[in-house]
Amino acid sequence: MDDLVVQALSGLASASSLFLVASGLTVIFGVTRVVNFAHGSLYMLGAYVAWSLVTHGVFAFAGPFWQFWGGILGAAVVTAAIGAVIEVLLLRRIYRAPELFQLLATFGVVLVVQDVALWAWGAQDLLGPRAPMLRGAVRILGLRFPLYELFLIAVGPLVLAGLWLLFHRTRFGVLVRAATADREMVAALGVNQALLFTGVFALGAGLAGLGGALQLPRESVNLHMDLSTITEAFVVVVVGGLGSLTGAFLAALLIGELSAFGILILPKITLVLVFLVMAVVLVVRPYGLLGRAPQGLHASSGPPDPLLLPAPRALRQLGAVVLALLVGSAWVLPDYELSVLTEILVALLFAASLHFIMGPGGLASFGHAAYFGAGAYAAALLVQHAAAPMWAGMLLAPFAAGLLGLVFGWFCVRLSGVYAAMLTLAFAQIAWSTAFQWVEVTGGDNGILGVWPDAWAQPKPVFYLLALVLCVGGAMLLRRIVWAPFGAALRAGRDSPLRAEAIGIDTFRTRWMAFAISAAFAGVAGSVFAYAKGSVFPTYLGISRSVDALLMVLLGGVQTLSGPLLGAVALTGLQEQLMRGTDHWRLLLGATIILLVVFFPQGLAGAARAAWEKRA
Amino acid sequence: MLEVSGLSAHYGRAHILEDVGFSVAAGEVAVLLGRNGAGKSTTMKTIMGLVRPSAGRVTFLGQDLAGAPPYAIARAGIGYVPEERRIFADLTVDENLAVGRRAAPAGMQPWTPERLFALFPNLAAMRKRPGGRMSGGEQQMLTIARTLMGNPKLLLLDEPSEGLAPVIVERMAAAIGAIKAGGLSILLAEQNLHFAGLVADRAVVIETGRVRWTGSMAALDAADEVRQRYLSL
Repeated sequence: MDDLVVQALSGLASASSLFLVASGLTVIFGVTRVVNFAHGSLYMLGAYVAWSLVTHGVFAFAGPFWQFWGGILGAAVVTAAIGAVIEVLLLRRIYRAPELFQLLATFGVVLVVQDVALWAWGAQDLLGPRAPMLRGAVRILGLRFPLYELFLIAVGPLVLAGLWLLFHRTRFGVLVRAATADREMVAALGVNQALLFTGVFALGAGLAGLGGALQLPRESVNLHMDLSTITEAFVVVVVGGLGSLTGAFLAALLIGELSAFGILILPKITLVLVFLVMAVVLVVRPYGLLGRAPQGLHASSGPPDPLLLPAPRALRQLGAVVLALLVGSAWVLPDYELSVLTEILVALLFAASLHFIMGPGGLASFGHAAYFGAGAYAAALLVQHAAAPMWAGMLLAPFAAGLLGLVFGWFCVRLSGVYAAMLTLAFAQIAWSTAFQWVEVTGGDNGILGVWPDAWAQPKPVFYLLALVLCVGGAMLLRRIVWAPFGAALRAGRDSPLRAEAIGIDTFRTRWMAFAISAAFAGVAGSVFAYAKGSVFPTYLGISRSVDALLMVLLGGVQTLSGPLLGAVALTGLQEQLMRGTDHWRLLLGATIILLVVFFPQGLAGAARAAWEKRA
Repeated sequence: MLEVSGLSAHYGRAHILEDVGFSVAAGEVAVLLGRNGAGKSTTMKTIMGLVRPSAGRVTFLGQDLAGAPPYAIARAGIGYVPEERRIFADLTVDENLAVGRRAAPAGMQPWTPERLFALFPNLAAMRKRPGGRMSGGEQQMLTIARTLMGNPKLLLLDEPSEGLAPVIVERMAAAIGAIKAGGLSILLAEQNLHFAGLVADRAVVIETGRVRWTGSMAALDAADEVRQRYLSL
């Protein structure tokens, strides 16, 4: 019983930190409609900057109290300034871009910040000092409870109250609330939005920085804080309802307590538990606990999506030549180059499968790695437990991944836009934590080794040709489906759900089936990858692999069929070159993504097509 | 005061406005008359900078505003009351008015909440009520009051009579008369000829994105053919 009280209190302390990060994220989203992937990075920067300010004693002249608390507050101010710079230099240029591109650009910021932090603070974990005056512990029901945790518990409600006053008692706050409802109307009333947006972004960034800085006495500062934080903050914000502060507070309490008690009750599946709650909430209340269906949002200001056109003759001829060259390579290129090409082929099918649901399906999947990994794990488990031959593994993979797609898709295809993206991400995290935490079956972090092809396919050229047949064949089959009546129904449902329903298309069923088909093809890619590498690991289902696929599709261009293929080659090639050529590949990749988003908001293939059409 | 010339606008590839030209004189109430979809609202939005013009000029007090951002156009002295009202539903009446507040130019008696409540007495009783919990007529009054808080010299009023009960329409016409008497110029968009007749001095008849006829309201009364062709259903 006493344990439970202490556990509940420590859940409250975590909830406070969660709320600080999530409140910034939700305020930024409310006003700018940008889902800031880099919010976790700002949290991490807050922690690092606080560490530097405190340990170097920047505020030591004012005594030990201010050495610590000055450092914490200073870190929040510095992070707010960094946020303002990001808004002015990057986001201001892309407010009119599709929301997924904004997400991609902020992911570019994540990569850049990772490398900058590595360069500035090194790879080892940093330990901060304890807070003055809050070093001790109190006895609660006979158990020791750290004073600092009690302080954190108070911070959450205090910040909520402070924000409430800001938003209801100041002109800036009233303008922020008005802009959250209808930013175009606010502009028409003479408010310069640029200043408002910069202010809001700085406020949100400062809150994230404060959240990170306050962790200093609690846990070590490290380079993995960014992605773990952003995932949790996404869950909180989505469960609470995007744009709702009170919702974020309630959701932070819910998730904080859930994690605290999850460890006691089900230590193996704490992660699964959190994401499961998110999935349940979104199914019952699709816009979160206190969220509302988006309103006052006027149709996207960008140009309408271009129609899908058959590839011009020149492009088909080019494709045939490239295919012939790829086949010929099997006899010419050495083994290493062939395995790189094999990886590119896998990326190509993976990207094509994601594009199938994103482009024609109009549903952004942020967790497509789940199905890639499901295919890979299905094959690997079959090899490990049944010593099955390769063909059996490759045959099972699409069914396993497709089945998973049927289950997850049933929830996901009900939502659209950012909410669908977040839900797919949550499900992918469930799949990832299952692979990571269910050690008895999946081997956990060590993965499953010895997943080699059958003897006949062992030589690299043979396996390469097999991969070529499966991946290019798969991509062509997907292309065929887009042009089939099923694909036409899918596109109709995307463009106008009401009219599609009115002519007798079951849009839910169509999207659901498309989701499963897309998952099945991702599974094929995963199984080829597993046999090519000889092993599978939980990272196959991780966020960064999902983001890789998104990058490929978005860099290539969503609204062309050849785009994702181009994107797969570009990204895999770029990563390969960068990783070999420099230690700062994240910085370069991040900067490249940012520049591409700013200059080619239509994607590479979109830009090429625009140039082609202008010529014609 | 306002000169519009050669104004064109597109939504995607569809041509919505073509070579629209007219003017509004100081202290005048001009009305854009036309059927649904004629291009009245788009003309308003293009003047306000919410729709980007593909060609043409919008000159206000000698300043060219075509292509400027909406906030700059509002600061130049043009106030916009949208057709859909677009009240901030979560904000109270007072807060809605606060969002619209801008300092008045020198020599102008500034609008205050008290002056506006005298103009729209219904609003005075519900200062703390969220905009989302008001009737359509009350919202229409609030959206005009909110725009007046910015102390504009020219008011763009997009279909203020739409969807209102007849008695409210009469009251709205009286309020617009009072605003005009205070010295403001008004550009009204309407398809309700009766309402336009109550408040306007001059009419600009618009159809399929082009100006078809201009003249005084009295001349329009006499021009049966114009009304038959462009205005009757």
